[in-house]
Amino acid sequence: MVDALQGFLQGLFGPVFPLVWTLLKIVLIIAPLLLAVAYLTFWERKIIGWMQVRIGPNRVGPWGLIQPIADGLKLLLKEVVIPTGCDKSVFLLAPMFAFAPALAAWAVIPFNDTLVLANVNASLLYIMSITSIGVYGIILSGWASNSKYAFLGGMRSAAQMISYEVAMGLALVVVLMVSNSLNLGDIVRGQGQGYFADRGLGFLSWNWLPLLPMFVVYLVSIVAETNRAPFDLAEGESEIVGFHVEYSGMAFAVFFLAEYANMILVSTLTSILFLGGWLSPVGFLPDGILWLFVKISAILFIFLWIRATFPRYRYDQVMRLGWKVFIPLCLIWLVVVGCWMMSPLNIWK
Amino acid sequence: MEFRTFVFYFLAAILVVAGLRVITSRNPVHAALYLVLAFFTASGIWMLLQAEFLAIALVLIYVGAVMVLFLFVVMMLDINLDRLREGFWSYLPLGSIIALLMVAEMGLVLGGNYLGLFEVEVPQTSADHSNVQAVGRLLFTDYVYPFELASVILLVGIVAAVALTQRERRQSKAVSPSQQVFVKARDRYRVLQMPAEKKD
Repeated sequence: MVDALQGFLQGLFGPVFPLVWTLLKIVLIIAPLLLAVAYLTFWERKIIGWMQVRIGPNRVGPWGLIQPIADGLKLLLKEVVIPTGCDKSVFLLAPMFAFAPALAAWAVIPFNDTLVLANVNASLLYIMSITSIGVYGIILSGWASNSKYAFLGGMRSAAQMISYEVAMGLALVVVLMVSNSLNLGDIVRGQGQGYFADRGLGFLSWNWLPLLPMFVVYLVSIVAETNRAPFDLAEGESEIVGFHVEYSGMAFAVFFLAEYANMILVSTLTSILFLGGWLSPVGFLPDGILWLFVKISAILFIFLWIRATFPRYRYDQVMRLGWKVFIPLCLIWLVVVGCWMMSPLNIWK
Repeated sequence: MEFRTFVFYFLAAILVVAGLRVITSRNPVHAALYLVLAFFTASGIWMLLQAEFLAIALVLIYVGAVMVLFLFVVMMLDINLDRLREGFWSYLPLGSIIALLMVAEMGLVLGGNYLGLFEVEVPQTSADHSNVQAVGRLLFTDYVYPFELASVILLVGIVAAVALTQRERRQSKAVSPSQQVFVKARDRYRVLQMPAEKKD
């Protein structure tokens, strides 16, 4: 069927066919992603509701399922207020800076052995560099709002994001050391072999077990990196004023879209780097894209679970955890894994 | 025109405009943002040369880290543009000499093909060849001493930056969280027994 469609489009567009085909593939990734972002907000409210013995949204549509659409419509209809004295172009550019990297990173995510938009060699590096641009959205929105509260909030969360990026980067270095590749597909394939994988217990061969400290560091760092509770000092909706205090309507909503899109992205990355991507946990079940979705959903659930149960960190505690606990831990584990790989006990051959 | 050439000229045009705006825009934050655009476009041009590692590293380090800290500083500065522009004409001769020197140096390097300066041929790589691996192998074999030297210099820079900015405050009110959790209620308050006062 795919071949027939490809042939039909080739006849229709002629020389510009490759461009059209790539655009089509991009749409096929982005559209479900945006839908997932919308329903992640709904799922979050439901889960937090259940954990607090409430019902959660249940008014709009059957079981409240139309709620995210209604929320989006409401935000679209609201006025985007542009404060006086702000830098208008930068003010409007900032939400795009926050959102675009979260979408662009999906170009190199492998969904299964063959299903990937761009199979590039340095895909992990690409993801690290693209996601590091997201921080501009936060600083620029803080500065362009021409408000001291927004400015301080922007500084606060930018500093937090940069700090945790270091720990995340070091954890990734350990993963690529044992995988001997920067290609996300190869990293997953590398997890599919080993002592346990040969005996049908694939989930014990994934990177999370031999690199357990890095897995924990990464899991906590992605929560801090996406500015989620208990590290949500960027927003703290009701208590501290954050970088998007001057934004309203859809401009404000784009920041939240970016946050949820980033959550899905980092969950996908964790599944690929530490939890074996599309690989099946046990030998008698086939590998497939479904496993990737199950793993992503499980990590997203952990995000929501943490938010519903933990109290917020204080700012100095956040910084202390990042700089004085995670970074030294990562550096030590880097040396440990390096020595491990050079010793006869090396399991990653 | 080949598509590749078109992409090159497209990126080059953006790069030149962005570079010009860096030095001409009145607002320092805008200048920094144009510099970000210039880095990003330059990385695109490097990508055209199949130098994917260098291109991505440029975005990761310069756009993702250096320029963020740059913006931090620039945003907090209180810059008076009129005072900056004072003495433009008196600095002009010195500035133009430096500019000429830089143009001459760049001309020498860029014209290296004609002047026969290159000792090594520019390697032609295939698409499936891993750039990162090649760079890593060279860094840790042929260029290991310069590489280690550079890292030591960077380390000295880090230590110096910390040493220069660290200031001990005597009356610091910061509390250690590890001590905090061991606090008992009786450390915090005392109940005093006082004789009741008589009402007169």
